[in-house]
Amino acid sequence: MQDMNDIFEIGGERLNSRLFTGTGKYGDDAMIPDVCAASGSEVITVALRRVDFQAATGNVTDHIPKTMRLLPNTSGARTADEAVRIARLARAMGCGNWIKIEVIADNNHLLPDGYATINATETLAAEGFVVLPYVNADLYVARDLVSAGAAAVMPLGAPIGTNRGLQTKEMIRILIEEIDLPIIVDAGLGRPSHACEAMEMGADAVLVNTAIATAADPVTMGRAFGEAVLAGRRGFLAGPGAQRLRADASSPLTGFLEG
Amino acid sequence: MSFAKDMESYAGLDMSTTIHGKQRRDVHQALGKERPGPDDLLALLSPAAGDMLEELARKAADLTLRHFGRAVQLFTPLYVSDFCTNRCVYCGFNAEQGSKRRQLSLEEVRVEAERIATTGLRQILVLTGDARAKAPPEFLEQVLNVLREFFPSLLLEVYALTRDEYARMIHAGAEGLTIYQETYDPEQYARMHPGGPKQDYAFRLDAPERACRAGMRWVGIGALYGLGDWRMDAFWAALHARWLQDQYPGAEIGLSLPRMRPHAGAWQPEHPVADRDLTQILLAQRLYLPRASITLSTREPARLRENLLPLGVTRLSAGVSTSVGGHGSGQAGTPQFEVADDRSVSEIAAMLRNKGFQPVFKDWQPFDTVAA
Repeated sequence: MQDMNDIFEIGGERLNSRLFTGTGKYGDDAMIPDVCAASGSEVITVALRRVDFQAATGNVTDHIPKTMRLLPNTSGARTADEAVRIARLARAMGCGNWIKIEVIADNNHLLPDGYATINATETLAAEGFVVLPYVNADLYVARDLVSAGAAAVMPLGAPIGTNRGLQTKEMIRILIEEIDLPIIVDAGLGRPSHACEAMEMGADAVLVNTAIATAADPVTMGRAFGEAVLAGRRGFLAGPGAQRLRADASSPLTGFLEG
Repeated sequence: MSFAKDMESYAGLDMSTTIHGKQRRDVHQALGKERPGPDDLLALLSPAAGDMLEELARKAADLTLRHFGRAVQLFTPLYVSDFCTNRCVYCGFNAEQGSKRRQLSLEEVRVEAERIATTGLRQILVLTGDARAKAPPEFLEQVLNVLREFFPSLLLEVYALTRDEYARMIHAGAEGLTIYQETYDPEQYARMHPGGPKQDYAFRLDAPERACRAGMRWVGIGALYGLGDWRMDAFWAALHARWLQDQYPGAEIGLSLPRMRPHAGAWQPEHPVADRDLTQILLAQRLYLPRASITLSTREPARLRENLLPLGVTRLSAGVSTSVGGHGSGQAGTPQFEVADDRSVSEIAAMLRNKGFQPVFKDWQPFDTVAA
């Protein structure tokens, strides 16, 4: 739970938690409700390609608590057109109007295609979707996404699933400074300390899936990420003191005035 | 472009001497690399690495968990025709086998599909023998059209097609393709395929590339282990997979590890592959190709499949019949090979859950029905 006067809003919706979670890679989807509860997360992304609307049971969506905001994603899309089609299908199937755009045409590194993402965002935002695009931490792409009508920008911290943390830290810092939309660090965060660091920098939220789903104890890891995000946010709001290279006495040059 | 060109660049290398000359330190070096190269792959397939399987297994298990989590895709093959014009010495569909041949009518395809669908499976691999006149691309399109009603994900394992024909298959609903080179040793390949269109080594070798160029989303390749020297075949299959990954990054490339099984003929493998050897192939290929899906079929017994699962396997067949009509649409034909793990889909799914894995039934669907 965040501080009462610290408002986090996307698409006109207020959120209490700045941790977004995912549904992939779990050994058992049945643990998703416990992870959601432990982490405090209110937004959960789900790959539409894995949702089987025709299956009577056994769907991943069966395990997502009704209180969660569903964030369907376009995982599997290789082009802007495929992403748009998947988004429309998600809305037609009752998944709401939030959509996380993922357009990946390189299976070797799973890096997002910025141009295609901008195109899909423009189309879908015009259709009333709340579009959250997953992109490289690139200022120009982010600015185009603002123009295209994105509701947030989701830069990667490191390639998907690598758990390597904030490898793109300096670029994300620039996005935080320059882009007047929520910045949600997505992909690559492998430890709670990584999430904490992103939040301390001023990121508005983080999305974590692999690090939680593949942990030995996903529920406890979910809780740890929830706490880390909260700590990082509080650290950011508290305004950390400036870093210095040397130890710094409180008034080394003017102390004589008090003598 | 052709992978054959890549193979030619190794013509001057005495691969057997190289692979048998690898030492433990070479294996350690390979294990320490983020992206092992072909020389590292030779080390990982060497006898020296064979004595270090536990070390290989630890890293392979870690990589698999990182990239795939605990999700395992389930599918089953659907044999729709066993007519064949090839004389592959190792295959139960060999044209010279006197067994009665059978091909499903579209109505029978529908019956089989309905029965398979009740098991919960959502991905189907359509198989035929190599008899173009009997099961031409038009027939395959019709089969795919029937199956699309029941399954969101359709794969093909049929005779090698042209690029245009692969494009037709995609249009008809095929998401992916499996095609094995059987053995990458051209001389052994010629001996194993003494007659029929499959004799054309180069046309088959280039088939996965033609499929990628046509836009196939998923392409699975591999060798049939037991036909040739397994270390060489595992090396070439892995190299082939990475070549395809590099040339066609938009396609998802998979590997399979089929091993020779008893069949209707009397031929026995000239290069038997022990369980330990199969394990080494799996580990070396996973370490070389961390993102490739790896399939283990019901050619392997239940216990081995379960033990290999965490080491790199991401796809399992389940509820398998290798006969045309084997799912109950009528009298079943001759099996292509004997199944070693005959557990039902629900039994395989229960096994996965017991071991902490999640059976995945659906991982893609065509979205072309949605308004553009």
